[in-house]
Amino acid sequence: MIALLIRDLRLAIRAGGGFGLGLAFFLLVAVLVPLGVGPDSSVLAKIAPGILWVGALLSCLLSLDRIFALDFEDGSLDLLATSPIPLEGVVAIKALAHWLVTGLPLTLAAPVLAVLLNLPTPGYVWLVASLTAGTPALSVIGAFGAALTVGIKRGGLLLSLLVLPLYVPTLIFGAEVVKRGALAMEVGVPLLLLSGITAGAVALLPFAAAAAIRVNLR
Amino acid sequence: MELVVENLAVARGGLTVLEGVGFWLAAGRALILRGPNGIGKTTLLRTLAGLQPEVAGSVSAPPESLTYAAHADGLKAVLTVEENLAFWAAIHGVGGVKDAMAQMNLTDLRARRAANLSAGQKRRLGLARLLVTGRPVWLLDEPTVSLDVASVALFGAVVRAHLAGGGMALIATHIDMGLSEAAVLDLAPFKAKTPMSAGASGFDEAFA
Amino acid sequence: MSFWEYANPKKFMQTSSWALPWVAGLSVLALAGGLVWGFFFTPDDYKQGSTVKIIYLHVPSAMMAINAWVMMLVASLIWLVRRHHVSALAAKAAAPIGLTFTAIALVTGMMWGQPMWGTWWAWDPRLTSFLILGLFYLGYMALWQAVEDPDTAADLTSVLCMVGSVFALLSRYAVNFWNQGLHQGASLSMDKEENVSDVYWFPLLVCISGFVLLFLALVLMRTRTEIRARRLQALLARERLA
Repeated sequence: MIALLIRDLRLAIRAGGGFGLGLAFFLLVAVLVPLGVGPDSSVLAKIAPGILWVGALLSCLLSLDRIFALDFEDGSLDLLATSPIPLEGVVAIKALAHWLVTGLPLTLAAPVLAVLLNLPTPGYVWLVASLTAGTPALSVIGAFGAALTVGIKRGGLLLSLLVLPLYVPTLIFGAEVVKRGALAMEVGVPLLLLSGITAGAVALLPFAAAAAIRVNLR
Repeated sequence: MELVVENLAVARGGLTVLEGVGFWLAAGRALILRGPNGIGKTTLLRTLAGLQPEVAGSVSAPPESLTYAAHADGLKAVLTVEENLAFWAAIHGVGGVKDAMAQMNLTDLRARRAANLSAGQKRRLGLARLLVTGRPVWLLDEPTVSLDVASVALFGAVVRAHLAGGGMALIATHIDMGLSEAAVLDLAPFKAKTPMSAGASGFDEAFA
Repeated sequence: MSFWEYANPKKFMQTSSWALPWVAGLSVLALAGGLVWGFFFTPDDYKQGSTVKIIYLHVPSAMMAINAWVMMLVASLIWLVRRHHVSALAAKAAAPIGLTFTAIALVTGMMWGQPMWGTWWAWDPRLTSFLILGLFYLGYMALWQAVEDPDTAADLTSVLCMVGSVFALLSRYAVNFWNQGLHQGASLSMDKEENVSDVYWFPLLVCISGFVLLFLALVLMRTRTEIRARRLQALLARERLA
């Protein structure tokens, strides 16, 4: 299992792995939104939590189709399915690898980009906290969507259509945490709900995703 | 240690292609599958490997004893030869990467990225993966594609060594690999006579 | 006689060809009766005027939009557990109908909301959840379209339907939470059932039963079409091989 994680990280970091593309996209969102909305810092401060969360979510979406599609094309997925590792474990590890190369960097970069969007000072802690609690769910849900569409040629657009509705609860609770945090309000409830969704998704979705992959390999 | 296949029927795209396939393979033996294109050799091997469900019949083999080498080698272009092999060795929890490279004549290429290998070299690397799975039953789908004569002979020797160690091999091929002792199974007589749907309840023929 | 006999496509085709005209006819009767009663023989509301009468389209279609998804979930589970093809095809058949009901509910809701709230669209929790429900329907249908092998498509969409149901429920509560977190409660309660009087309630009941029957009739019709299409495919495949 560790070997699979190391391989996936290595593949992401080496040339052509697309590491950093999500981050660059996130940066672009944070730059383009003020250009579109205008420089009024009070307006920006108000929309910053939502923009940061939507930006993180879309950046996450960019690299989802790579989770299984590349392994499917070169035959690795067949070989992994016949290997001693259970397919559920393969899904969980691949989702973890995806989180390490997209979700984690996004979480770390978010406070820097929040400066561009005038996020009120009390919100920074909660921005990082909510992304830490929420982005793993984005990766696991995305892995489930990628598993559903792995056999489909050019399934990227379909993948977005399937995954985005599933992202709604995470987005709502995640942005809510930052919104309340920025106003120095109580954030316990949405943060707990957000963590609950992540915990549930991490625990259960690998099984659904593995079932979908088995169907697709048939 | 044996592989027993009884009255097996396999389907591709919802239609049964082969039926009534049966054979028995003992430790140390190889079986060569022959038959025209499209007869269902790949489908049969994928079914045996557990990648798709059988329509009828049974396959009995010890658990986790089979490994499958398909047309696609499962190589990562940006990893080196050694890294590719080490990955599969780690997945299967066995060692022997150096030995596998030596056997398939890859030692000189160990630090080269898979992207820079020729088609034949890639194939050799894909076949070397078999040696680091530690699995006794090899299911080989056209293993000699893009191999030159010397490499075919090299791989033939590797298979023979595997058999000598108590392994088994099921090979779909048209090329003589020099395994004169291996039995040959022609799949043409097993071609499905009544192409039925593979659906569990025989859905389609309720109408067709 | 077991209920599962109807899972046999032949039996299903026989029974449905007999039942379909009755269900369709009853649904036309109930809809015509309920709508005429509701539109022309009930008094205007003292506050909302005649606008209130859109309730006879809005509430039943909103109910059916949710019920159609529940029916798809049940049919998907039957497919996954018992592998009855008719069940999978019924789930496939129900999705566009559910999406249409969702669209009707949204559009009639907007038409109702405009004179009441002074805006065509408000991010009210109910409206928002229906919009999200529509997205779920879209994704489900797109997945059916995209996968070529019918059994693979049935398996994948069933898994999506199960996971989607959980997330649709989560979204419903998330949206409630989200709106209360932003504003005070909506200025006009959408919970009509509590304060609606019998004068409106009885024709509404007739309309709801009409919509249920309409849904049944459409599902039967579309499932029959799907079964025929599947049969055609089987025949073509057999011909190619022969």
